[in-house]
Amino acid sequence: MKIGIILLVVAAMALLRWRKVGMLTWIAAWLLGIFVLIRFGFTTPVPMSVVKLYMGILASALIAYIFSDAQRQEQVKSPLKAFLTEKKFAPLLGLVAIAIPTAVAANIYFDMTSPAKPPAFGRTVHPAPPAQINVLETDFDMATLDNPYRHLETDDPAAFQERVANGRVVYYKNCFYCHGDLMAGDGMFIHGLNPIPTNFQDQGTLPILQESFVFWRIAKGAPGLPEEGGPWDSAMPAWENFLTEDEMWDVILFLYDFTGARPRALHDLEH
Amino acid sequence: MRNRKLLLFAVPILLFLAVAVAVKTAFFMDDSLSYKAPVAISEVDQTPRSQALEDQAEAQAEADRTKPYEEAEYREVPVVGSRTAIWVISQLHLLFAAFVLAVPIFALIIEFIGYKTGDKRYDALAYEFTKLLSVSFSLTATFGAALTFMLLALYPKFTNYLAHVFSPTFLPYVLLFFAEAGFLYAYYYGWGKFSPRVHLFLGLMLNVVGTAIMLIANAWLTFMTSPAGISESGALISTWEAVANYTWMPINIHRIIANVAFGGSIAGAYAAFKFLQAKTDDERAHYDWMGYMGNFIAIIALLPLPFAGYWLASEIYAFSQTMGLTMMGGAFSWLFIIQAILIGNLFLFANWYLWLGMGRIEGAERFRPFIKYLLIVVTLCFAVWATPRSILATVDEVQSMGGSSHPSLGYLGVMSAKNTAVNILILTTFISFMLYRRSGKIPTVSWAKKGNLMQFGIFAAAAFTVIFFGVYGYFVEAAVRIKFSIPQVLSVLLAMILVSVIDAFMLRNAKTTKIRWGRISPMSQYLLILLAVTFTWLMGLMGYVRSGLRQHWHVYGVIRDTSPGAFTPTLGYATQVVSVTVLIFFALIGLVFFLSGLSGKKSFETSKDPSPARTAQQAGFAAASGAVAKSDSQISGGNDSSTGGGMQA
Repeated sequence: MKIGIILLVVAAMALLRWRKVGMLTWIAAWLLGIFVLIRFGFTTPVPMSVVKLYMGILASALIAYIFSDAQRQEQVKSPLKAFLTEKKFAPLLGLVAIAIPTAVAANIYFDMTSPAKPPAFGRTVHPAPPAQINVLETDFDMATLDNPYRHLETDDPAAFQERVANGRVVYYKNCFYCHGDLMAGDGMFIHGLNPIPTNFQDQGTLPILQESFVFWRIAKGAPGLPEEGGPWDSAMPAWENFLTEDEMWDVILFLYDFTGARPRALHDLEH
Repeated sequence: MRNRKLLLFAVPILLFLAVAVAVKTAFFMDDSLSYKAPVAISEVDQTPRSQALEDQAEAQAEADRTKPYEEAEYREVPVVGSRTAIWVISQLHLLFAAFVLAVPIFALIIEFIGYKTGDKRYDALAYEFTKLLSVSFSLTATFGAALTFMLLALYPKFTNYLAHVFSPTFLPYVLLFFAEAGFLYAYYYGWGKFSPRVHLFLGLMLNVVGTAIMLIANAWLTFMTSPAGISESGALISTWEAVANYTWMPINIHRIIANVAFGGSIAGAYAAFKFLQAKTDDERAHYDWMGYMGNFIAIIALLPLPFAGYWLASEIYAFSQTMGLTMMGGAFSWLFIIQAILIGNLFLFANWYLWLGMGRIEGAERFRPFIKYLLIVVTLCFAVWATPRSILATVDEVQSMGGSSHPSLGYLGVMSAKNTAVNILILTTFISFMLYRRSGKIPTVSWAKKGNLMQFGIFAAAAFTVIFFGVYGYFVEAAVRIKFSIPQVLSVLLAMILVSVIDAFMLRNAKTTKIRWGRISPMSQYLLILLAVTFTWLMGLMGYVRSGLRQHWHVYGVIRDTSPGAFTPTLGYATQVVSVTVLIFFALIGLVFFLSGLSGKKSFETSKDPSPARTAQQAGFAAASGAVAKSDSQISGGNDSSTGGGMQA
């Protein structure tokens, strides 16, 4: 978060409180203040789709606040009525009447003159796997598939560490070019990739997935993705063509070990 | 000058004539150049062409005679396709069925309250709710029949398979349906004709039979999602196992609760519709109260609904990871963002309605300052709930975020945050309701101050528990995190129960202030209608998710859908179909409201004189609303009535 922006908004609100401004000004201040906070208050900019969503929710809440009480309703209505009907506001009203179409026109102008960009796209990050997959001529049932070496973690820690070490070698020989040294999805090839590779440090990836899912994604890569969340223009290769089954399981152990995440456990299928 | 005027007049006429001549010439040329068939020569009997036609007819007749019987797998509906046609019809059937099942549940409870307290207003209210049933029941049956015929005609092979598995349940279903018709009409037409106990028994049986029907129908549709009791190839092993499949009970519970919420909201919309049409203060007072009760029922049922939904979703996930991921992380996950916005709006509207309702209660002013804080909490929770995990973003935005989730807001997109938000939202709505309830009552017990402190402490403890487990959920693995929802839910439920119990004791012999039923902003009535529309939309949307999750399967993993409509429609198309269905439903429910209101209309023959029915109804309104200060209501445009504790739920 950018502390300066937050302090600025808080100071503006405090000033309005001190000046004891009317309800209409408060409504405008809330809309503007929250917009500034969301749009400019975060170190990583918040996408416009979320800004619009939040502003919509805030607008609904403010409407509910105004219209849930007759007194508040009047406090908003009377200055608006005065502005629209009293003669002393006529020049200002004229300016507003000109400003609205001007703003619309300016918006269209800047929209049309700015360089064309691809539209916003809602990507399905975790597409559903098929019920069964075939990897290196072996069929795997996705409902019951689990990492065959996960049990070593408790049964034989030394053997487990050996597997993790092998996974490390596999990762740095094959995966780190895209997924990065620290698995943050920021490898050296990232600038040429769209969508960018998965960030394994993100709490919303490895911890919410079962190891079978990760195995499916590694083995089948982009060519094996279902159509449901297309268009798939991922550069992820189908690693079954380059790695052995054991290497893929080892690299999965390493992914979880390195990030400190725990794989999602298989659900108990008892009734 | 004159010549110029003449020219101006003549040129258009000449131009017109020139164009007309050109067009006519073009048509003539076209006509003269086109092919003309030679004049038929009737004297010639046999030509090669007529012989060929005869041979063709004979061959066709032979082919018709020897055509083998082939069972059709699918048939198509023109223009919209079978899938959309059956989607709309089944959704309409479900909406009316939900209403018909829900109204008897709360009509019976209200009638029972009236019977136990001796307060006739409750009896009148229960009757008014029941009035909506008979037309709705007919529409439910009509859409049910349409659905059955469409299944048989459009999906014969699949329907045949369902019959193979579930045929033993068909006869009980039909018999129960007959019983439901009998109990429903006896309950409605027998109002006041039977002794109260017999009438209550009829209502109870109506509910039992209605619920049994729903359980059977739920078995069919849940089997399609999570089949059980069959072999790998789909052969039946056990009908009971097929019935009691993995998602049957979660759906049963979810539907019973959701039906009550939906039914209450539709009844509230009916009351709002009548309120806005009302001509007298008595009518306004009556329908204001009815709307309040409808909304109260809807909100009480809405509060536990997210828990039931969460259970259903986790059971689907447990049954199949693929289906779970399709639902929450894959193709259907965007619908959950729309769902969050709709549910957030439901909570916002519900709170808003309660705050507006405070305006009709004397002494509510003291709670007005709290509204601001409650609204802030509701808005924050709404925002958290609607925050998507995977964000709709441009390429630039994705690159600056380092993925499709925001490094800060991404934390609000996971279940820990969502569960926390919804639990706090429920708790806040309950506090709004408690404030509303308290508005008209001043406790007189000596321990009132301690009681208030205890209630505050309970709310604080529940909020702390919810937030604690919400935050802790980020530090544990998924399997443990899922289980955290249980203490969160339990703490909220426990808080609501404990606070209600303390309130009941604390408000014994409380001083009551006046509730001016009918004196409320018309905005509140539009909110009731908006609530009903949002509930309906939500049912349509989530119904599509539940059904669409199977994707290209009729019966998941067993019977594959090979029809042209086997694809998963785009989100835009799906939401359009749901919206059109909601529009059709409200057009039809408008008809239900109109037909149900006919009994109170003036007689056509004696429009100048009030009909006996109308007179009786007006008298009923006056009695029901408990009007006491007519003169005051004439001045204020509202109606004063003493609460007496009777009208407040």
